[in-house]
Amino acid sequence: MTTTSTGSMAAGCVACPVHNLANLLKLGVTMDNWNFVVALAGNPNTGKSTVFNALTGLRQHTGNWPGKTVSRAEGGFEYGGHRYKLVDLPGTYSLLAASPDEEAARDFILFGRPDVTVVVVDATRVERNLNLVLQVLEITDRVVVCLNLMDEARRHGLQVDDRTLARELGVPVVPASARYREGIDGVLQAISDVATGQFVCKPRRIQNEPPELKRAVAELVARIEAAFPGLPNARWVALRLLDGDERIIQAIRRGELGELGHVAPAETAGAEAARLEGVR
Amino acid sequence: MSSSHALRVDEILSTARTLRSELGTDFHEQLIEAVFGTAARIADRAVTRPGEQARPTLDRTIDRLVTSRIWGFPLMFLLFTVMFWLTISGANVPSGWIAWLLIDTIYPLLREGAVWLGLPWWLWGLAIDGMYLATAWVVSVMLPPMAIFFPMFTLLEDFGYLPRVAFNLDWLFKKAGAHGKQAMTTMMGFGCNAAGVIATRIIDSPRERLIAILTNNFALCNGRWPTQILIATLFIGSLVPAYLGGVVSALAVVGVAVLGVVLTFMIAWTLSRTVLRGQVSTFSLELPPYRPPRILQTLYTSIIDRTILVLWRAVVWALPAGALIWLTSNIHIGGPSIAEHLITLLNPLGLFVGLNGVILLAYVLAIPANEIVIPTVLMLTVLATGTTGVGQGAGVMFDLEDTNQLMSLFRSGGWTLLTGINLMLFSLIHNPCSTTIYTIYKETGSTKWTLVASLMPVGLGFAVTFVVALLWRLVTGAG
Repeated sequence: MTTTSTGSMAAGCVACPVHNLANLLKLGVTMDNWNFVVALAGNPNTGKSTVFNALTGLRQHTGNWPGKTVSRAEGGFEYGGHRYKLVDLPGTYSLLAASPDEEAARDFILFGRPDVTVVVVDATRVERNLNLVLQVLEITDRVVVCLNLMDEARRHGLQVDDRTLARELGVPVVPASARYREGIDGVLQAISDVATGQFVCKPRRIQNEPPELKRAVAELVARIEAAFPGLPNARWVALRLLDGDERIIQAIRRGELGELGHVAPAETAGAEAARLEGVR
Repeated sequence: MSSSHALRVDEILSTARTLRSELGTDFHEQLIEAVFGTAARIADRAVTRPGEQARPTLDRTIDRLVTSRIWGFPLMFLLFTVMFWLTISGANVPSGWIAWLLIDTIYPLLREGAVWLGLPWWLWGLAIDGMYLATAWVVSVMLPPMAIFFPMFTLLEDFGYLPRVAFNLDWLFKKAGAHGKQAMTTMMGFGCNAAGVIATRIIDSPRERLIAILTNNFALCNGRWPTQILIATLFIGSLVPAYLGGVVSALAVVGVAVLGVVLTFMIAWTLSRTVLRGQVSTFSLELPPYRPPRILQTLYTSIIDRTILVLWRAVVWALPAGALIWLTSNIHIGGPSIAEHLITLLNPLGLFVGLNGVILLAYVLAIPANEIVIPTVLMLTVLATGTTGVGQGAGVMFDLEDTNQLMSLFRSGGWTLLTGINLMLFSLIHNPCSTTIYTIYKETGSTKWTLVASLMPVGLGFAVTFVVALLWRLVTGAG
């Protein structure tokens, strides 16, 4: 990667996009003609692809089964005078990089530094979905939670208070039923607010670690911040280092948290194959 | 990078190493516990359940039925039989309309137009008798069943039934030494094998993924349904009284599809105990909640995404195939046409396995797309038997709506019930179409495995049809 491009990016004005152009290129995302890049994360089968279609206006069929998004989908939309590129990440339960899916999703959020990461949450399974949200919030501040499947939650007799969630998490939480296009405008507005800096997220960090762990993290964070000033997720990096994550150790060693061992597994098949993918 | 920076990086990493050893081995669990604990607390505050109703009981009742050890499989067969039956009985009428429009009305007009323009006979023969008619046949035969079957399949998928099918089949795949997720790629193969092969990307283990790719061809793809449906209607449905014909034909088609699944297990079992030995990986399959399908949207997307796309592919292949068929039937070498030479050449082998030369040639010509097997068979039969009074001449594809007429044509071509049964079997067990072969090559990146995936089913097909023919001859005493 060229240090000049990242350098000028860091030196740019605060309102400018935060995404890492050089790394995005390595991840296979070109940002010509786009102002912001938005990543779409979430557990499998939370209606992520439906949200993707609703945001981009695409009408591809989305199946009701987990893991149907095999390759990464990309689309775009325009809102409030800005052009957004939307990248649909594989559905995962966590970002601990235990599987290629999780690794691809994590690498994109970590190294691509999307301007906004939308986490789609299944309103009928809030607790399990929050595990992913909390992990995403460790890596990036700039998060919008789309509380999807509100219709199903109602049908199951559940009441999910989006305002409590927003207060607890420190990021915008928008209730939605993407299948019926409910709440999509709210998601668009929240994306725009976070991307342009009109809403500054104050994300919830996990705090209930044991004291000795807290001390270890604090010590490492101090050192990491000294070596990499301006790193938005020093705490998360510290936790990964303590966990002995080889990929992150490599990223630190190579200097910029920017080196990627491989390109995300998206563009392996050609156009014909991708076209046929919609057919079952 | 400055040396002081490198020093600091080394310091970070060494500090991390020291701290890691101090923290002990349960660090990872502590971290996960912290995440889960926080999530549970927040969820507890944000989610309330006024009715204390855990889950709608309807969902649970349905789940208990469709994934039940006793009722799961019968319900699955019943559901698919009903779907095939609706497709078979519902597709005839619109098929007739389209055939009337494209073949009985537009085709003569095109021919008259060509004569009026004074085009040379070989040009309009190639373009209209070959390419146009092949395409028209494919559209009239394929569009109605797809327009009926795909929306039904998509509605089931939308509703959330397909993961339950995968759940029901999971233990069988595991027993066969394959990955449980293969149940889903097999289901997709019923739509299109090329799509099913791509879908195997959800399987992480290379060994199990290869098994899924090699066996996907045994999922009866929609390009082969028209063959199954037509032959089942003609040869099996006619064995019983007319009012039972539709149901019995549908059962025969389901039987062939089930045989395909059984073969999938058998081949997977064999592969995982010979060339592709290894451990079965575990995975968790989440059964999604049932969702009321959105009927109109499903109709729209299934017609745009599936029906039109599959039809388009068939049409793209039918055009050159139609031209090729017309050419082989109209270029003569020392008297007979190329097609007749080939039929004579293939006939001994064909008859040996209970098929005939016409069918084998049709399968060679139809490698690009399974959809055109039946029209090719019909056209070549006319050519080989020298039947007059049907069709429009050598190399002309046509559609015979009257099943009696069709039956008498097959009879004059020497077809028996054995030929019909073996054609249905061979249609299930033969090489994948060229698109699927190409997809397998791209997904595996290996010429060797692509060859195995292409040749193994043909070999198996010949073996199965030969055994059936042998048994048939033993039982009936026929030659």
